[in-house]
Amino acid sequence: MKRTMKLALSLLAPLAFGLLAGCERPPIETVQTGYRGTGMEQIYNPRTLLKQASLNQAPAPAEAAAADGPKAGEVYKNVQVLGDLSVAQFSRHMASITQWVSPGAGCAYCHNTENFADDGKYTKVVARRMIQMTQRVNQDWKTHVAETGVTCYTCHRGNNIPTNVWFAPKDRNNVNSSMGDLAGQNLASKSVGLSSLPFDPFTPYLKDSAPIRVNSTEAMTGRGNYANRTSTKQAEHTYSLMIHMSESLGVNCSYCHNTRNFQSWEESRPQRVPAWYGIRMARDLNNDYMEPLTSTFPAHRLGPKGDVAKVNCTTCHQGAYKPLYGAAMAKDYPELQVLAKP
Amino acid sequence: MAQYQNLFTSVQPVGPLHEGVPLPRDDDKRLGTPFLVHLLGRIGNAQIGPIYLGTLGVASLLFGIAAFNIIGFNMLASVGWNPIQLLRQLFWLALEPPAPAYGLSIPPLAQGGWWLIVGFMLTVSLLLWWARTYRRARQLGLGPHVAWAFAAAIWLYLVCGFFRPIMMGSWAEAVPFGIFPHLDWVSALSLRYGNLFYNPFHALSIVFLYGSVLLFAMHGATILAVTRYGGEREIEQIVDRGTASERAGLFWRWTMGFNATMESIHRWAWWFAVLCPLVGGIGILLTGTVVDNWYLWSVKHHVVPTYPLAYPVVIDPAILGVKP
Repeated sequence: MKRTMKLALSLLAPLAFGLLAGCERPPIETVQTGYRGTGMEQIYNPRTLLKQASLNQAPAPAEAAAADGPKAGEVYKNVQVLGDLSVAQFSRHMASITQWVSPGAGCAYCHNTENFADDGKYTKVVARRMIQMTQRVNQDWKTHVAETGVTCYTCHRGNNIPTNVWFAPKDRNNVNSSMGDLAGQNLASKSVGLSSLPFDPFTPYLKDSAPIRVNSTEAMTGRGNYANRTSTKQAEHTYSLMIHMSESLGVNCSYCHNTRNFQSWEESRPQRVPAWYGIRMARDLNNDYMEPLTSTFPAHRLGPKGDVAKVNCTTCHQGAYKPLYGAAMAKDYPELQVLAKP
Repeated sequence: MAQYQNLFTSVQPVGPLHEGVPLPRDDDKRLGTPFLVHLLGRIGNAQIGPIYLGTLGVASLLFGIAAFNIIGFNMLASVGWNPIQLLRQLFWLALEPPAPAYGLSIPPLAQGGWWLIVGFMLTVSLLLWWARTYRRARQLGLGPHVAWAFAAAIWLYLVCGFFRPIMMGSWAEAVPFGIFPHLDWVSALSLRYGNLFYNPFHALSIVFLYGSVLLFAMHGATILAVTRYGGEREIEQIVDRGTASERAGLFWRWTMGFNATMESIHRWAWWFAVLCPLVGGIGILLTGTVVDNWYLWSVKHHVVPTYPLAYPVVIDPAILGVKP
């Protein structure tokens, strides 16, 4: 009998261990965010949070430069967006942008060092447009970024290309085969937190404006024009976008929603409003700033389907509920606050 | 004296291997020579075989294996015929029903056609297996209780994959064949229809599900506890109670004031198990066909509690008409 028990234990122990291997190691801290009993709470693991926090530190701002003296636009040639800055401010901005975007290659990443005014390098053309994009976010998308604002660093973090951008996914092999259609889902995909949900929530919602809302506002089914024809498959797509947001911000569903009634705004937390604007902001940036740059980029910078790199929530948030945990970095760079006059 | 308080059956009475009762002339032969497996004897009967397949069994297996293979080969094709990826991603892969645009029409093979074929084959396989359980039970002179219980499960399967999609006018509403994907379908259905936890039939189904578990534990424990008095001879004790039944009944009457009998406990268990998919199926069938938002349905019928607001009132930006 003892032998049988030992045998059973030796079989069960690795099985139990194997099953637990996929779990997160405790401790788990729960923070209540709503009325008791409603399950409105956030779950954190202090260990992962600590790691996250060190990855999301804002660099110290560059020393402020004098505003007097001749304007950059008068001194340098071909200054199209920051011409109103003084030469000192302009130099400060260029030094900062180098630290933020190309600390390795330096000025030469964008500029022809023989002639700094030359637009020959595609990186310079893109950088100019990106400065305008940053200005647009800070000026017109206060609904999402509030007074905190963004800088180049919010996304770039010292990389030439932000580490989190998205492309339209490439077709699977044998796309014309009569077997094995994925229906855009059913693979362990990073974009949707390794779930088997639709793996491209970006094209329909952050580029196109497919409807995100799936719930009916009436209890009973309507007829004709009053029918809600949203399919369960559409709900899966919305679900995949929400998983992306949750993963990007490092939060649970209940950070914004009351999960007993996901659609209700009355029962939602105020955080849902900037999130709503965030979706529109990403859509705006992708369509007005990224897409038109497609032909500017060389082929090796484009995605498998020849589309340009685009932004999603992770591009800025990178696992934090606010990028850089809300460090108000942009206030030190007033030139990025307002769209430059053309 | 044999003890019955162990995780495993500690007593294995071994008699001569037997073929079972003789079958009528027009029945097929039973397959295989019976043999004993000691380890299986610890959790059930040590004798394996012979098995009766018959026409219905063979036909059911053929359809079932065909369906299983079509699903498998579609999964394999979806990872570029890479067997390692098939194993790695097995829980993620699926054969999806057609896209909503196809409605109830027959789509190309690659866009859900295989799903329709598999759905048909699996249904035929299940129905044939059901007929087999019915016929085998009758052949042995048993009641058809197992067959009708199995039918309850088939009802839920057909509601999810056949009746509801037809009522909704779209095969896309049906369940994909895959491990995680069918769970995603469950979540998505609940999200789309305003939280299935507010569906009273879902609630009833959960009552019967958990109730079944509870009854199973209570009954199993009771019988094991009285086996020292011969309590495992339940059927005889329906008409001739004896001390085991008396003690078992007394125990529950003392602890909760009421007790089932050796006969009725099995009806309790049977009905709880059968009602779980039966009412669950009704709940799914009403979802999207009659009720579009179960949360709001529950609000309408005053079963949703209200809580004090914990935040400033949040207004839907879309109705404010604000452009950024």
